[in-house]
Amino acid sequence: MQTRNVLVVGVGGQGVLLASNVLAAACLARGYDVKKSEVKGMAQRGGAVVSFVRYGERVHSPLVERGRADLVLSLEWAEALRWAAYLRPGGVLAVDLVRILPPAAQLDHRTWQASYPAVEVERLRQAGWDVRPYEASRCAAELGDGRMANVVLLGAVSRELEFTVEEWEQALREVVPEQVVEANLRAFHAGRELPLASVSPGDVRRPAARTFRVEVTASWCKGRSCGICVRVCPEEVLAFGPDDRATAASPDRCTGCQLCQLLCPDFAVVVREEVAVG
Amino acid sequence: METRTQERTRIALLTGNEAIARGAYEAGVAVATGYPGTPSTEIVEYLATLPDVYVEWSSNEKVALDVAMGASMGGVRALCTMKHVGLNVASDTFMVANYTGVRGGLVVVSADDPGMHSSQNEQDNRLYAKFAGVPLLEPSDSQEAKTFTELAFSLSEEFDTPVLLRTTTRISHTRGVVQLGDRQVPPRRPFQRDPAKYVMLPAYARQRRPRVLERLPRLAEVAARPEFLRVEMRDPSVGVVTAGVCYTLVREVLPEASVLKLGMSYPLPLDAIRGFAAQVRRLFVVEELEPFLEEMLRAAGLPVEGKAYFPQQGELTPERVREGFARAGVLPEPGDAGRANLATAPRPPVLCPGCPHTAPFLALQRLGAVVCGDIGCYTLGALEPLRAMDACLAMGSSIGMATGLALAGTAPGPVVAVIGDSTFLHAGLPALVDAVYKRAHVTVVILDNGTTAMTGGQPHPATGSGVRGEPAPRVDLAAVCRAMGVEFVRVVDPYDLGATFVALEEAIRYPGVSVVITNRPCVEAPVKVRDEPFRVVPERCTACQLCMDLGCPAIVWTDETYEGRPKVTIRLDACTGCTLCAQVCPADAIVRVGPGWRRS
Ligand SMILES: Cc1ncc(C[n+]2csc(CCOP(=O)(O)OP(=O)(O)O)c2C)c(N)n1
Ligand code: SF4
Ligand code: SF4
Repeated sequence: MQTRNVLVVGVGGQGVLLASNVLAAACLARGYDVKKSEVKGMAQRGGAVVSFVRYGERVHSPLVERGRADLVLSLEWAEALRWAAYLRPGGVLAVDLVRILPPAAQLDHRTWQASYPAVEVERLRQAGWDVRPYEASRCAAELGDGRMANVVLLGAVSRELEFTVEEWEQALREVVPEQVVEANLRAFHAGRELPLASVSPGDVRRPAARTFRVEVTASWCKGRSCGICVRVCPEEVLAFGPDDRATAASPDRCTGCQLCQLLCPDFAVVVREEVAVG
Repeated sequence: METRTQERTRIALLTGNEAIARGAYEAGVAVATGYPGTPSTEIVEYLATLPDVYVEWSSNEKVALDVAMGASMGGVRALCTMKHVGLNVASDTFMVANYTGVRGGLVVVSADDPGMHSSQNEQDNRLYAKFAGVPLLEPSDSQEAKTFTELAFSLSEEFDTPVLLRTTTRISHTRGVVQLGDRQVPPRRPFQRDPAKYVMLPAYARQRRPRVLERLPRLAEVAARPEFLRVEMRDPSVGVVTAGVCYTLVREVLPEASVLKLGMSYPLPLDAIRGFAAQVRRLFVVEELEPFLEEMLRAAGLPVEGKAYFPQQGELTPERVREGFARAGVLPEPGDAGRANLATAPRPPVLCPGCPHTAPFLALQRLGAVVCGDIGCYTLGALEPLRAMDACLAMGSSIGMATGLALAGTAPGPVVAVIGDSTFLHAGLPALVDAVYKRAHVTVVILDNGTTAMTGGQPHPATGSGVRGEPAPRVDLAAVCRAMGVEFVRVVDPYDLGATFVALEEAIRYPGVSVVITNRPCVEAPVKVRDEPFRVVPERCTACQLCMDLGCPAIVWTDETYEGRPKVTIRLDACTGCTLCAQVCPADAIVRVGPGWRRS
């Protein structure tokens, strides 16, 4: 038997490790040699998590080589794209359609575009990927606990792997905490019956970039002894100038929220939108 | 992962770290010490789940090694674990313990992190074995991690030396099948007075040093024993000398090659390697990081090829080993294997929702402080959107660096050191004494979140509990600072943004060493803190983005906008209810979710 390669991926806190532990337990129950490798450490802090599971008669490397995975099981959309290149031609990309926007993807205060990939299942299919989208999180939530999305997705792809229902059930009983075994068995079976999700691409929002000007009337500003506008500006546009009065030091960063204007007790700050004339 | 059924069959799926712990347990280890550090942490944690072993987290790696050394001198088997950089801290002891030798077996575990998955450097600690003249064992999977640990204790006693067991992230954190056995405790060897062996005065040390040198050739013979050395003759056109995880990569990528696999990679079984070299046409060394084996083999006159094809930086992967053998002309060029990467969102690690480290950094950023940081979760305060850290080197460096920067007198703002509670006790104490002694104008912020969070939440001397969760004496951080002579010591709740801001502002103005201790528990460990979450009232949100400046991952943009800017919403399942965003919101748009909502 050729060694099988599976990646379980997601975001810290989603239960990647539990899902890969269940898979590994199923392998062990079958008498396979199995290696399961992951990098922990930053997982707790919302980073990307990957767990490699390899099984067969004799497994050497703990790592899966790019282009050789049979299955990538992703608990989140952007993570599916991150690891897809590990798939061999014809490998299956199973993904829960949940989207977790990281803070780092929401930093563009000019165009307000989140740097997060659109859910474009059809386009990927046309490019030759075998994508299997599921509403696993929604299904788990309907079962009463959204955190079981990992087990629902495992159920959904369980037919792709060689293990019997009994082996999956035994693996779940061994791995998940005793008090939630029954709930997880239900989640697994719900996943096994879960149909592929139909996806319609959402609208892309693209507001035009706007430009603002912040003006401080120096003679009205109390300067450092107040400093409200300097501290409150979310974009750090304002700073104290050489005369210790507030001034728009980084005017390009202004998003026009007007907090400075609203909170200045001396009406010294005005925010205007620059409108192109003609 | 020892599960109910598997315990009966005596087979378990253990990580390398768990297997080391299991091996030490079965070898009858009596005392196990360590300081947390990825990827080594789970060894001590796993041992703490087993009976009959004294297990402790020490306040730093040097203390851990001293404690283990004392236990060994007392005639029992002792284990001491740390991450690679931990051995730098413990090296002062390590470089003398090799002279004194041991009484009960002493095994030092160094878990290295090639590729820096969660470390500040990727030093290769195999060099320490050579530096100290101690035997070096390198397991290549979980089963070997267990067996080698057991063997290490006997070796240590047989040769009267500490043994260095070195793993890497992939060995420590890979689960594999392991055969379990029973615990067998060797008879205690009672303590014996022997100053010439244990008191390293120059006169005695001069007598001990030759023993270090003498035992190396004898150890090299041990390295050739079948429990360590494996010669696998296959195709004679390519021979590879390798060890550890690299062995598994070579087997995967070049299954037909002949392989000499080392279990003990210092000192080397040179005769065996020469014999192997004579049987193959080309001789390669595949090893991660430094050309450690390569240089020793070349010095022995063997025509080896290694770093010319396999990179010296980073972790080796099957891809990189394949590319190396392709460059060497052994394998065909991999070509464009697989498909291109798909574009996706960046996802660097972030502070958790409700992390008590958030507010101090927000305040420091707004106060224009120049911040010397330290190592822990809070190092993430250097990244967007907090951007409130200017330096971070090694554990405990923050306070000394801040002192130096203040003395230089060139900083464009107030000089502040930020250090976690565990890090403060690890290496911050001497630096704070020094700052007081120098009358440095620095502010030291101690982020007391009641745990060693970065490594998964281990107790330390200021948490009031021990490694098994039992109550323990608790060091009072504020009292310690005062006793050291710090006159300005303020304790503040970092969930009170205003109070945090004011405390820091006053501390910065104080002309001398000031200490501000923030005291909220980490929301992840030792207990998960999950208060009633907050929600955003969309009609009130003016999309000013002030709450987004906290970097809380629970707050996300919605499709709704206000004057072109995206309004926000809060992921209720992720929100811990810390109140910070509600405190900064100028529109009072962030409110408690209210009755009717239940956390699943
Ligand atoms: C010498 C050394 N030992 C161990 C580590 C691993 N390590 C990184 S941060 C950290 C402790 C962090 O604890 P604390 O200072 O309390 O900060 P927190 O993570 O709780 O915010 C440890 C042990 C290291 N980097 N260097
Ligand atoms: S684990 Fe604790 S200290 Fe670390 S980021 Fe999360 S809340 Fe903060
Ligand atoms: S209260 Fe606000 S800042 Fe705190 S965890 Fe919830 S969303 Fe994040």
